[in-house]
Amino acid sequence: MESIPLNFPFLASALLVGVAFYIILFKRNLIKLIMGIAMLSSGVNLFIVALGYRAGGNAPIYTDVPPGPMVLSVPQALTLTSIVINVAVLALMLTMVVHIYRHTGDIDSEKSRKLKG
Amino acid sequence: MALPLFAAFTIPLINRAGEKTRNIFSLVIFGLISFLVAILAVNVHSVGIRVYTFGATAAQMALPQGYMVPVRIMFEVDAMSMFMGIIVTTVTLAALIYSLHFMKGRTGQARFYSLMMLLYAGMMGLAFTGDMFNLFVFLEIASIAGAALAAYRTNMADAIEGGFKYIVISAVSALLVLFAIGILYAQYDVLSIAALAHFMQYTPLDMIALGLLVGALVMKLAGVPLHMWAPDTYTVAPAGTTPMILAASYISMYALYRVTFTMYGGLINTTAIGWVVIIIGVLSMFVGVMMAVHQTDIKRMMAYHAISQGGYMLLGVGVCLAVITDPVALASYGRDAMNGGIFHIINHVFYKALLFMTAEAIFFRIGTRDTNKMGGLARNMKWTAGFYIIGALAISGIPPFNGFASKLLIYESVLKFSPVLSVIAMFVSLVTLASFAKVFYSAFTGPPMPAYKEIKEVPKSMIIGMSILAVLIIFFGLFPGLIVNTIVAPATNALINHASYINAVMGAVP
Repeated sequence: MESIPLNFPFLASALLVGVAFYIILFKRNLIKLIMGIAMLSSGVNLFIVALGYRAGGNAPIYTDVPPGPMVLSVPQALTLTSIVINVAVLALMLTMVVHIYRHTGDIDSEKSRKLKG
Repeated sequence: MALPLFAAFTIPLINRAGEKTRNIFSLVIFGLISFLVAILAVNVHSVGIRVYTFGATAAQMALPQGYMVPVRIMFEVDAMSMFMGIIVTTVTLAALIYSLHFMKGRTGQARFYSLMMLLYAGMMGLAFTGDMFNLFVFLEIASIAGAALAAYRTNMADAIEGGFKYIVISAVSALLVLFAIGILYAQYDVLSIAALAHFMQYTPLDMIALGLLVGALVMKLAGVPLHMWAPDTYTVAPAGTTPMILAASYISMYALYRVTFTMYGGLINTTAIGWVVIIIGVLSMFVGVMMAVHQTDIKRMMAYHAISQGGYMLLGVGVCLAVITDPVALASYGRDAMNGGIFHIINHVFYKALLFMTAEAIFFRIGTRDTNKMGGLARNMKWTAGFYIIGALAISGIPPFNGFASKLLIYESVLKFSPVLSVIAMFVSLVTLASFAKVFYSAFTGPPMPAYKEIKEVPKSMIIGMSILAVLIIFFGLFPGLIVNTIVAPATNALINHASYINAVMGAVP
């Protein structure tokens, strides 16, 4: 574990968020857009869990705990809540894409637009 | 708070008992909720800030015994929160009554009322919360419920598209808010807004968090340049829900104010943030109204107006934010600007809701929203035409309607800050009036179209819903001083004096 720098989770999170933004902004396929949002939520959740890490810490469970510092538990609670909410949001978005496909036969965001101006 | 959630989950059960029962149940529950909100409003204004902590032994106890830092989730209701709560409740009441008849004959109605209650619960939670993560949760609740409501009419393809855009924007914005919350938590180990405000030092990471929060919340409230979802979503949402989604955008604006004023309040030592808000406001005003003028779809035009009026509010509050560290300027025109901006929120929600309801009334009877196809409706739809006139005059700022009062406050105070902005604001007002007059002529007056000769007036419940708002508009217009003194000024004070917000939670901690 010593060869991985401590910053690594944050770099990974930044990479995920960056790629997710690129996807959301520039890809036209609606399914790819939803995958981009899923990636964005993964990046943010990773960031939140990573910020709770204390060097050499143990899992924040009180039963049979080895001596030493514990990793922060509040970010883990926040992340759980966020994962659940994002699952609901993704489910809703996928349902809407299914409906859009039924109506317009296409999931390219340029070809299936009806509202303009 | 428990009541709307309870209602949301039991409405599908009650639906089994029949349609009338469900309607009466929703009305009764909502009447109860409005009553409770009214009691809370009076209480907050007479007693002061109310704090309610979840899971504590006494409801007022924000600091657990022996701790110096509030670790529990709490609701903290001050005058500004109460202001937004009143707005949301009133609009939802009118929308609920309006929807009673509008949704007749549609399937899945139980889900509609459930979603409305959920959206209401989300917005109230967002208005009352004292905790940043709770803000995120309620923001997501409101977004999901709002998007599902917007896409309710799944038989129309553009409805789903509007809902999809709304949920995409809301999801991205909420995730950015979560990212900012993560940054703030990593710095200070506390999540409640009051405690963050207490411990806040203005480090570069905090500035990043502030930037993220402002960006995300501007995305959610349809300020230019992140406004692309608003016309689509407002246009396709069914009648009663457009005002509620509108209110959701303004609750996000409230969250923006709560974050900038209360959390960062005393530490913004440049006028940069204020100018950012002002510029977003001016752009919104201008772009919104320019795009609105040449629309042929009546609801889309009103949606663009909603964007532009949001710009007014941002302008007023941005001026106050820019001068918040300068006591002389603050006393002379900062407070007035803020009063105008905040008063404009309540005015705008009312008259925009009324206008959307009239547009949907037309759609209900005719089946099209295209103004080129309408004509001569005033002969048959007298009430709708009357409400439209009230709404259009109010939005342009003509006395004696309420738009005049708030716009006058904004004009006067912005004039002292920078005359150019005030001129732009007045110009936008003129163009607003022009576009509404154009639609009025094409839709309501003129020779009746042959296809629509037999159109009747809209049903009673819709009229009642619209008249609640119309009466309030006229009332606010005739007694603006009363309204400003009782609900707007305390809201302004609550935002500017963030110390009182902090002290209500931190207690005796210095």
